Amino acid sequence: MLRYTEDHEWLRAEGEEVVVGITAHAAEQLGDVVFIELPEVGREVTKGEEIVVIESVKAASEITAPLAGTITAVNDAVEADPGSVNSDAAAAWFFRIKPTEPDLTGFMDEAAYQAMIG
Amino acid sequence: MADTPGGLRRTPLHDLHLARGARMVPFAGWEMPVQYPMGVLGEHNHTRAKAGLFDVSHMGQIVLRPAVEWPSGHARPAAHEEVNDLKLRLETLVAADVLGIPQGRQRYGLFTTPEGGVLDDLMIADKGDHLLLVVNAANVEADLAHLRTLEGTDVVLLDARSLMALQGPEAEAVLERLVPGVAAMRFMDVAEFDWDGARLWVSRSGYTGEDGFEISIPDHRAVEFAEALLGDEAVALIGLGARDSLRLEAGMPLYGNDMDAGTTPGSAGLGWSIPKVRRTGGARAGGFPGAERILAELAEGAKATRRGLRPEGRAPIREGVPLYEAETGGEPIGTVRSGGFGPTVGGPIATATLPAHLPEGATVWAELRGKRIPATIVPLPFIKPSYKR
Repeated sequence: MLRYTEDHEWLRAEGEEVVVGITAHAAEQLGDVVFIELPEVGREVTKGEEIVVIESVKAASEITAPLAGTITAVNDAVEADPGSVNSDAAAAWFFRIKPTEPDLTGFMDEAAYQAMIG
Repeated sequence: MADTPGGLRRTPLHDLHLARGARMVPFAGWEMPVQYPMGVLGEHNHTRAKAGLFDVSHMGQIVLRPAVEWPSGHARPAAHEEVNDLKLRLETLVAADVLGIPQGRQRYGLFTTPEGGVLDDLMIADKGDHLLLVVNAANVEADLAHLRTLEGTDVVLLDARSLMALQGPEAEAVLERLVPGVAAMRFMDVAEFDWDGARLWVSRSGYTGEDGFEISIPDHRAVEFAEALLGDEAVALIGLGARDSLRLEAGMPLYGNDMDAGTTPGSAGLGWSIPKVRRTGGARAGGFPGAERILAELAEGAKATRRGLRPEGRAPIREGVPLYEAETGGEPIGTVRSGGFGPTVGGPIATATLPAHLPEGATVWAELRGKRIPATIVPLPFIKPSYKR
């Protein structure tokens, strides 16, 4: 089941890891994405730390780490083709993180997220 | 035009924008479309491939006439000499060869400040018995106040005419089908045409680097005319987002970014708009605000000027990013004035004020998020314009 942050990230638990991307709603708000910079694999991050840079045709924005933990993989394909975030945000994952506390219950579910974006 | 409760003004095409899915944003006191469902990249590419329709009704259209009357007190048509006198009066505010604009032509010019900065940039058209000025939306009030200091001059801001731009390789064919005769116009020509009983004021110009037209039409016919253009499958509505990437690729300056009251024409790279006749030694040298400083700088060569930049990699460098001569240390040597992604170029592009001695091909370093990225100085524009000369 997908979980969501208030910063429009989607989170998908896979074993001990969590896969993170941004929602289609966020991608639509950003406009055409032209540049993405992902964190280094192995980096230890704290919750709320800015770890991804997204540049759209309009502006730069940052994606924060939804949880504290270690980055275990990043999606090089999305760096090479930033437009894939606009065409399929659900498939265009950014990074995998191994959280120090793998508990996603505090995040919004689909219904709560849909209610938030109205 | 109409006002919203928030005080933003709306153009006559407002409902049409909404009906076509525009995302509206505040811009210079107006509520304007920043993009449509096609998106900024798609709109940019559409304009370069076919024809883009832009609502630019927020821009100020100002008519200047010699204040001349019949003995009865009614305004009478101005004689040629009187229009020439008006042009000479305008030259006291604008650093361009206004007198030399032939009837039926327009020219780019700058309002300058007493300190030698740029108050606004504008187009000036000679329409026979009057002049038509088109100025930036954000500067309309300042420009009007400035123009009203001229003696013997009627200054009228048009508040019932919309302005649209049709830009791109198919613009000529599209407009010619609706308005026969426009295809004969050359770049920077101005002329009037009838379209179904509406008087159009057309110029062959634009802000995209493409061939195209800017069309002024009475407000009450604007929607109908826009829909007639959009009835052609080559035409799509284009928002402010793509307008900015198109003009940046075309190397055109944006007032407020590339120049302002603190930027001289020379350092903005706009010295070309001040011809010999207005420069030191010319027949009508100086006589505009800040002329002494502006002309001295042009004579010596500006120490810093507007240059094009191609950053390495894909990260855009935007307005305000500091530039350095080396990868580490040192003081900034300039700042990005306009920057973003150039869809036609296929990568990030920027303009910056940089020391004039740096040659084309030199590398400067842009500090972005704590890292310095190399960027190459390149000539402007970034794309080859396709004006119909």
